[in-house]
Amino acid sequence: MSSVVSHDYLESLLESLPKDSTDALSWLKQLRAEAIDQVGRQKLPTLRDEEWRFTDISPLTKLPYRPSQAAADLRLADIEHLFLEEANNRLVFVDGHYAPQLSNIIDTENLVIGNLSELLSSQASSIQPHLGQYAKFQENIFTAQNTAFLQDGAVIAIARNTSVSAPMHLLFIATQKEVTSYARCLLIGDTGSNVTLIEDFVALQEDAYVTNSVTEISLAANAQAKHYRIQRENNKAFHLANCAVSLAHASRYQSINIALGAHISRFNLDVQITDEAAECSIDGLTLIAGKQLSDTHTNIDHLKPNGTSKQQNKCIIDGAAHAVFNGKIMVRPQAQQTNSSQSSRNLLLSSQAHVDTKPQLEIFADDVKCAHGATVGQLDHEELFYLQSRGLSEDAARNLLTYAFGAEIINRIAITSLRQQLEQIVLNQTQSR
Amino acid sequence: MINDNSETILDVHGLRANVDSTEILKGFDITVKSGEIHAIMGLNGSGKSTFAKVLAGHSAYQVTAGSIQFSDQDLLALAPEERAQAGLFLAFQYPIEIPGVANSQFLRLAYNTVQVQRGNEELDPLEFDDFVREKMKLLDMNPDFLDRSVNEGFSGGEKKRNEILQMALLEPKLSILDETDSGLDIDALKIVANGVNQIANKDNATILVTHYQRLLDYIVPDYVHVMQAGRIVKTGGKELALELETRGYDWIGTGGQTNAGATA
Repeated sequence: MSSVVSHDYLESLLESLPKDSTDALSWLKQLRAEAIDQVGRQKLPTLRDEEWRFTDISPLTKLPYRPSQAAADLRLADIEHLFLEEANNRLVFVDGHYAPQLSNIIDTENLVIGNLSELLSSQASSIQPHLGQYAKFQENIFTAQNTAFLQDGAVIAIARNTSVSAPMHLLFIATQKEVTSYARCLLIGDTGSNVTLIEDFVALQEDAYVTNSVTEISLAANAQAKHYRIQRENNKAFHLANCAVSLAHASRYQSINIALGAHISRFNLDVQITDEAAECSIDGLTLIAGKQLSDTHTNIDHLKPNGTSKQQNKCIIDGAAHAVFNGKIMVRPQAQQTNSSQSSRNLLLSSQAHVDTKPQLEIFADDVKCAHGATVGQLDHEELFYLQSRGLSEDAARNLLTYAFGAEIINRIAITSLRQQLEQIVLNQTQSR
Repeated sequence: MINDNSETILDVHGLRANVDSTEILKGFDITVKSGEIHAIMGLNGSGKSTFAKVLAGHSAYQVTAGSIQFSDQDLLALAPEERAQAGLFLAFQYPIEIPGVANSQFLRLAYNTVQVQRGNEELDPLEFDDFVREKMKLLDMNPDFLDRSVNEGFSGGEKKRNEILQMALLEPKLSILDETDSGLDIDALKIVANGVNQIANKDNATILVTHYQRLLDYIVPDYVHVMQAGRIVKTGGKELALELETRGYDWIGTGGQTNAGATA
């Protein structure tokens, strides 16, 4: 069996976890046990699986990638450069383990923010109905693994009609090589609440490792969330991520996913529109080079009427890199008056760059507006000529247009310091060509 | 203004050019001196816009014969950006939209690139902001256009104004305005024409490429040239444009070649 982590190893690890016999945790034990069971039943996907036909993750099996142990202490000075000045609420996880000394929480009124294992006893009644309920592990081995190892993780619960102005910054930092880190996040937005969540994946070392991330977001009626996901792992990493979002009546969810790092990355985003008039906007930017492979699979499921989904996905692919985008939009029979649009635009900067892009619309309602389009191309000659005719060299013109292609997505991020960090990364990458 | 002692800025001789192996320019000649405003008129397909693109160095057009002298330089030996840096400016018929690049960023990059080439100081963002706002008044442009992406979502008139703004910033020796009047209502046309008139002086020159006489009510040319089938077939003063307006193009002898079926 080519599984990353053997079943025996999993069990032994879980047995070594501290025993907690309180009733409050029996549900969690059961959740983990079900997940362990699934890890035993499932196999790593291969190119023969329809959902993985473009993404070969077999390199993952070449090293054991054991679960990470608590890491050596990082000092604040080691990671200060990663902080965002607008985001005072910061939870830091080092190799998946919560690092309270690096974290900072300023907002506590009408909200809960903290580490899962510490909040379990006091907040069980609000956590239990949500944890593990959206990110289904029955058909996803990586979600199953993550759930089996469930221990530390970010929990953010915003009370009814509470608007949190400072963004919540979750910083997942990789410091160990050849380990698997499990990152977990649960965001619960109660009725009428409003919050901004940043998930930020970075590395402070240059060897291979695995990040397995699961994020669950539940928005109650009229709640709003902005969710920025920045994947800037090192270029040898494996990043396997699943995000599941559940939207209630007239809630609004904005997602911007920026994929820059990792040798092989896979991001699954699953948005369920479970009640009327919910809106989501799902944007993505992938910027890769060398031999990177970056795969984004999204699934927006319109279950109820009057929902809106807008999606724009962009990839800039250089070197011999390979990007995959699969955008599924499901409109169920009762989801009348759904308004959905999807655009996939891909820029190939070299002759060896490769993209597989696939819109997948499954529409079972008859009174809907659904538009989609996909383009794959190189830089436009007329645009280059326009810039050259204004005195810019061909290289400068190419860099500016490449930057602009990505900036269209980055400019939608409402946090100035984060936007500037990303603009600089994109500029550096486009100009280093 | 015509002054026989002026410097010759542009001297085009026997120019032939192809696009996709089809010859569009078939022996084109023109001489432009500083201080002059020239209008090149003609029907669709006569080669007016091709001439503008060839001057600016568009790679889709292959020059097969002839020469272009730009002041003391062989223009055909220069890359498009070198032509711009040397003082050539093409105002596009269809200005390109560049989503994701703020207009202010683009204008400053273009301005500073050209200034450095000309041995002048660059302007930092604050200095440039003052400078560009002053130039925008010339064109009655809302400063909001600085923050928007280049030409994205601009109306036809706004795009053309943005072209003339670039012309004002780059201070070219020779400007070619390709169908700048197309798509403009009369108010926008007056504003654009006023901008062009204020930029024109005794040391630079302007070529207006246009279909209609209308623009020439507001920018008065010293010479009017009529193009047919890839070359200039008639040259006159500003009154020639009025005559074309009333009589169309058919009466002009072509010495054999005509645009079959073309009517004004």
